[in-house]
Amino acid sequence: MKILVGYKRVVDYNVRIQVKSDGSGVVTDGVKLSANPFDDIALEEALRLREKGVAEEVIVVGIGPADLTAHLRNGLAMGANRAIHVVTTDAVQPLTAARVFLKLIEKEQPGLFIVGKQAIDDDANQTGQMLAALWDRPQATFAGKIDVSIESGTTGKVTVTREVDAGLEVIEAELPAVITTDLRLNEPRFIKLPDIMKAKSKPIDSIEFASLGVEAHDHLKTTHYAAPAKRSKGVMVKDAAELVAALKQKGLL
Amino acid sequence: MSKILVIAEHLDGKLNLSTARAVSAAVAVKPEAIDVLVLGDNVDAIATDAAKIEGVSRVLTVARAENAHPLAAVLAPQIAKAADGYSHVFAPSTTFGKDVAPRVAALLGVAQVSDVMSVESSHSFKRPIYAGNAIITVEANADHAVVATIRTASWPAASSSSNSAPIEAMTLDVTLPTHTRFVELKQGSSDRPDLQSAGKVVSGGRGVGSKENFEIIYKFADKIGAAVGASRAAVDAGYVPNEMQVGQTGKIIAPELYIAIGISGAIQHLTGIKDAGTIVAINKDGEAPIFEIADLGLVGDLFKLIPELEQIVN
Repeated sequence: MKILVGYKRVVDYNVRIQVKSDGSGVVTDGVKLSANPFDDIALEEALRLREKGVAEEVIVVGIGPADLTAHLRNGLAMGANRAIHVVTTDAVQPLTAARVFLKLIEKEQPGLFIVGKQAIDDDANQTGQMLAALWDRPQATFAGKIDVSIESGTTGKVTVTREVDAGLEVIEAELPAVITTDLRLNEPRFIKLPDIMKAKSKPIDSIEFASLGVEAHDHLKTTHYAAPAKRSKGVMVKDAAELVAALKQKGLL
Repeated sequence: MSKILVIAEHLDGKLNLSTARAVSAAVAVKPEAIDVLVLGDNVDAIATDAAKIEGVSRVLTVARAENAHPLAAVLAPQIAKAADGYSHVFAPSTTFGKDVAPRVAALLGVAQVSDVMSVESSHSFKRPIYAGNAIITVEANADHAVVATIRTASWPAASSSSNSAPIEAMTLDVTLPTHTRFVELKQGSSDRPDLQSAGKVVSGGRGVGSKENFEIIYKFADKIGAAVGASRAAVDAGYVPNEMQVGQTGKIIAPELYIAIGISGAIQHLTGIKDAGTIVAINKDGEAPIFEIADLGLVGDLFKLIPELEQIVN
């Protein structure tokens, strides 16, 4: 079977983002961009499933402007067989992304769609679930462990251990299905130089967003950006006694 | 006028406190009605608890064997059907709400507002992005229902003493999928207060050094009646189970007192505790970023300081 991997490019997780003083957005010019960490985990898991013989082909899919190809090449260098680039300069919200991915699913007929549980820029945590709903297939969110057993083609089942507030929940779902990855699923591999060279000859299909016939109407309008309220500067205490006294004074102990 | 449907979260026949927090956010919209929807197999005790929450107009229950476990694929079509006639559908922004609400939104063909921190008007909300480093105001389309998850750390639990809302059993004519099945839930058993609702939380990080050393954190927490949390580093190192993780990708909490021990304070961890009343940091590295947001900081060796603290608290 094929596995499709949602592969978003975001502001690097180490960057401390700055809000523009006029409240119109955050500063992203010249800021380092990287793969969304959860999507790297999604790709790593797909590659491992291919190495186990569960999948034959891993395809990274991304939505973004022309220069997103450089990001998709990283996915190819990590080991994906090919990439699909849906080209648009507009920012895409989760519901639109899910509608785009559904179009790609209809064309590629994968057994699994794996994507990160959330993107660290909009922190929405929606796309995988929305895609599963539109596709009318199972969802296994916040996956910490994945076991796939294939019967034939894209039929089979997946057993997923999910990281939920109460502990670890195990569910079983029939394929095809959508899985969203949590942090502890795996440790993504590093890209080696020869793989970067090899990735240059791997195919990237470009599809114009407009040609997909997806309703691009974004329902949420962001009207203002603000920096979070700052906590006032605290004080350093010199020893345990002083700390306990301070907490008792605040009525906390 | 607004009518809000709040999706109840529950486990083992008990209502989760996150439901009362979501009701608080619903009250802030000033709607004409707030109904709580309880989906389960045995719903009576849960519905009785939900009916006591102040501000709740009605409790609607759907009792079906298929609802025994909170599978999003099974619950979402029922919620989408029940949402008919409501202007808003709210769920807590817990792993339960995050799993099911976007599936409901997509079935309704609407966008979702995740992690609502404040209600500006019936269709305008504030929410955090970039791990809480920016707060945006978003406006939802007023032509159709608003689906939102409520950031529990931003809202107090609505009081549950005075109300006695009517409880109505519902039958929803929805065909449910059988492609997703519950297998088991492995819970870390703990007699300590629940991390997400505790007034005091003591957290340990990489500096604690080992699973065995974490005992010192548990002991101190028990002494002051606190829940125990952990940084991602402590979870990844295997000191504690994953459900104890506090941060952007773990639990977001707002206790009155948060004591971070041996935690350096990565952006992703700070996201989880920014709304705590008082933050105390104990770390041997005086330059650790945790001290930038701590109200009270103490530099030193935790293995020396924690026993001292225990002694003085006595």
